[in-house]
Amino acid sequence: MAGKPRGLRLFRNLNAKVAAVPMVLTTLVVFVGGTLWTVLYSFTNSKLLPRWQFVGLDQYKRLWSNDLWNAAIWNLAFYGVMSLIFTITMGFVLAVLLDQKIRFEDTFRTIMLYPFALSFIVTGLVWQWILNPEMGIQEVVRRMGFEGFTFDPLHNPNTVLYGLLIAGLWQGTGFTMCLMLAGLRGIDEDIWKAARVDGIPKWKTYLFVVIPMMRPVFITTLVIVAAGIIKLYDLVVAQTSGGPGNASQVPAMYVYRYMFTAQNLGQGFAASTMMLLSVLIVLIPWAYLEFGGKKHG
Amino acid sequence: MADVSMAGVQPHSVQPRGAKPRRRFSGSNIMLYGVLFVVSVYYLLPLWVMVMTSLKGMPEIRMGNIFAPPVEITFQPWVKAWSQACTGLNCDGLSRGFWNSVMITVPSVIISIIVASVNGYALVNWRFKGSEVFFTILIFGSFIPYQIMLYPIVILLREMHIYGTLYGLILVHTIFGMPILTLLFRNYFSSLPEELFKAARVDGAGFWRIYFQIMVPMSLPIFVVALILQITGIWNDFLFGVVFTKPEIYPMTVQLNNIVNSVQGVKEYNVNMAATLLTGLVPLVIYFVSGKLFVRGIAAGAVKG
Amino acid sequence: MTHSIQVKDLTLSFGSVSVLKNMNIDVAEGEFIVLLGPSGCGKSTLLNCLAGLLDITDGEIWIKGKNVTWAEPSERGIGMVFQSYALYPQMTVRGNLSFGLKNARMPKEEIDKRIARAAEILQIGPLLDRKPAALSGGQRQRVAIGRALVRDVDVFLFDEPLSNLDAKLRSELRVEIKRLHSRLNNTMVYVTHDQIEALTLADRIAVMRGGIIQQLAAPQEIYNRPSNLFVAGFIGSPSMNFLHGATLDAGRAFQFGATRIDLAGYEGGAILERPKAILGLRPEHLVIQDHAEPGLTIPAVVEIDEPMGADSLVWLEAEGGLKMSVRVLVERRMAPGTPVHLKVDIAKASIFDTASEQRV
Repeated sequence: MAGKPRGLRLFRNLNAKVAAVPMVLTTLVVFVGGTLWTVLYSFTNSKLLPRWQFVGLDQYKRLWSNDLWNAAIWNLAFYGVMSLIFTITMGFVLAVLLDQKIRFEDTFRTIMLYPFALSFIVTGLVWQWILNPEMGIQEVVRRMGFEGFTFDPLHNPNTVLYGLLIAGLWQGTGFTMCLMLAGLRGIDEDIWKAARVDGIPKWKTYLFVVIPMMRPVFITTLVIVAAGIIKLYDLVVAQTSGGPGNASQVPAMYVYRYMFTAQNLGQGFAASTMMLLSVLIVLIPWAYLEFGGKKHG
Repeated sequence: MADVSMAGVQPHSVQPRGAKPRRRFSGSNIMLYGVLFVVSVYYLLPLWVMVMTSLKGMPEIRMGNIFAPPVEITFQPWVKAWSQACTGLNCDGLSRGFWNSVMITVPSVIISIIVASVNGYALVNWRFKGSEVFFTILIFGSFIPYQIMLYPIVILLREMHIYGTLYGLILVHTIFGMPILTLLFRNYFSSLPEELFKAARVDGAGFWRIYFQIMVPMSLPIFVVALILQITGIWNDFLFGVVFTKPEIYPMTVQLNNIVNSVQGVKEYNVNMAATLLTGLVPLVIYFVSGKLFVRGIAAGAVKG
Repeated sequence: MTHSIQVKDLTLSFGSVSVLKNMNIDVAEGEFIVLLGPSGCGKSTLLNCLAGLLDITDGEIWIKGKNVTWAEPSERGIGMVFQSYALYPQMTVRGNLSFGLKNARMPKEEIDKRIARAAEILQIGPLLDRKPAALSGGQRQRVAIGRALVRDVDVFLFDEPLSNLDAKLRSELRVEIKRLHSRLNNTMVYVTHDQIEALTLADRIAVMRGGIIQQLAAPQEIYNRPSNLFVAGFIGSPSMNFLHGATLDAGRAFQFGATRIDLAGYEGGAILERPKAILGLRPEHLVIQDHAEPGLTIPAVVEIDEPMGADSLVWLEAEGGLKMSVRVLVERRMAPGTPVHLKVDIAKASIFDTASEQRV
């Protein structure tokens, strides 16, 4: 056939290909290349500088026998589960409340969402101040006459994670509420009419009709929130600096410490690889459901 | 729950206004608004406390109630936070961090939006072999913890001789802003009628002419959304600021954390809160000015996935 | 006759899915060709290939004696009109019309001249300084046609241009397009799924299915002598009546249940004896009468009668529960349950081989 020679096809849409160079470089060099590099060097005993000296799984053995890391993982697991449960239920309930065709809906939504515009640093510092035992909530309640009142979550290893949770939820629930509200608004009005004609109470309609219909919204929210939780870093640095003791250490802080201050790169790489692994555990089933499912139906 | 959720039905029903439905309507409504009011207090409390604390003198803070408004209003903490607060040896206040953040945010926002919008446009209208593969990796990349890419980027920046400089940090922000922004623009451009693009090609317009004369003029709202998303995101960044810059060019968030969490000396809570507010001011202003576009910005991409 | 468009062995596949299969079409200069078919048949895809908006996998496209297989859309000498009008919303009508000409760096006087001519032909002069949002659907489509017109090209491509309009406007613009064609006398390729548009506008219709041209012929030919079962069923509303049976006596008769129909006078090839064959009869080629004529009529019972204004459709049930429709004048009302006989006009009937689905 007298088609255009192959070489010329390569230069078709040349501008588009040139324009995509930043994206291609970013994905190949940074995302794929950087990730592979770190994973590979997590099998070496790099200290101050990366060195290609293969030591197998040594770094991982050291990692999992390190109390700090184990504390960080358990802290994150606990914080993560609590945070997921609360952000999603609170986000949904708030969205349902705002979906009742109320007055001042915009005002309420503005109030609930503004913390999301603030950084975790600001969030952490404000709540550190409010939860401060000498002058914060505890002191205010005591002065009201409840002398024995104790509310000092940030200085007690058993409750410090709840302290973080209060701040984290304050910052993030507005966002989930917005996603849920968008999901609720996306539901066909006729569904509500049909449910009313059938005489189904409103709460039942939410529970048995609306929530199942919003499954994709819930899953997307879950994935976004979960991926954010694994990155948790700034909030802890600002609010507790990981303390008291190691009671609020998280993996991202462990990585930072070994990579940039303790000068034990191999440990840092192994720890960040474990973080990647935990994200993949969340991501792969989701990607399978989301994209694998679409192809078949 | 059942009571509360009944409320929405009533105002829209066309029942005659008998006494009974009316009472139920107002009863459940009181509960609904009551709950919303309590929730609003939780959300507003920290902002209130920040403002009040920043306007009090230290003696009043030690004596009084953090929720109470100041007896004597003073702007001294704000002045001190802006121009005198110390981080380490520097005592020139948060203003340095503010200007650093401006110098980081402005170019990062502009460059990342240009790159991502062209990307999104190329992905929708000029698909080439493999373009979807790169896009998929890009989206997955946005979920990967940054920690795993930190060190390779340090090496990369060092090789390019921009490690520890503003340029380095701008590049990093451009790279990590790319996934979400590209998704945003791709979704928006793909919602525009494809026939418009075809018509422009029949009219002899090429890649850049279609982008500038057809796509950009039709997409101003999404550019505003991207602007909001990037300004708040980059202004609020902490991790990249710590890792990729030096103390002299630390962004505001890093400097704020150093001011508040440094252990030397007596803690000046009013200055700390003034500094915290100052740092939060830029995203807050953006948020309150932009209103619904902000909501659209954060929900974009997320919902359409 | 010179060829305006030639498509030679055109193939298009996306990965392993082949969308257009080995197409060959020659379009004469000044001809009005309609690509007709159900959605997903590849008709719009073919048009996009002609326009150069899709890169084809194999084959060649020639326009006005030039191989344009790999030419840019703007270099092919075509103008295109889209279903959604595709007017640039931020530009005025004048801006829309001049955009392509400016891209071609045409001098301003020439642009103005062409816009003036297009505005005169399409009667859109007063709209030139408005934005598309301020126009009605019909006006927008006129501007979209104008955009093709100002390019001063020999080939117009229409991609379902009337589908977004309501029924009344559609018939008005249909007439206008026909008038435009007779005035400009350029080649037009027109994609539609509406057979009325196809039958009224086309010099020739290409009926497509599954990326293959089923029949390419003049409208009357397609209507009266559909080349296969698909074309027969697709063209005409209500659809052709299909009687499943067999041909007997060396092709002299068609046996359908207990009914036998003489095939003398059939226009087509050798019928032969086929154990399985289909007799296709259009609703307007049947006549309802009270008495039977052996070899010429089919017994049936009236079920429903649908008056449609000018004429009326009668639905009947024939032997074996077969549903049939017959078009009659509206004055003739039929009561349900009436037994009648349908007289066949064999010269206008079609016989298909059941296995190959081809017309005999």
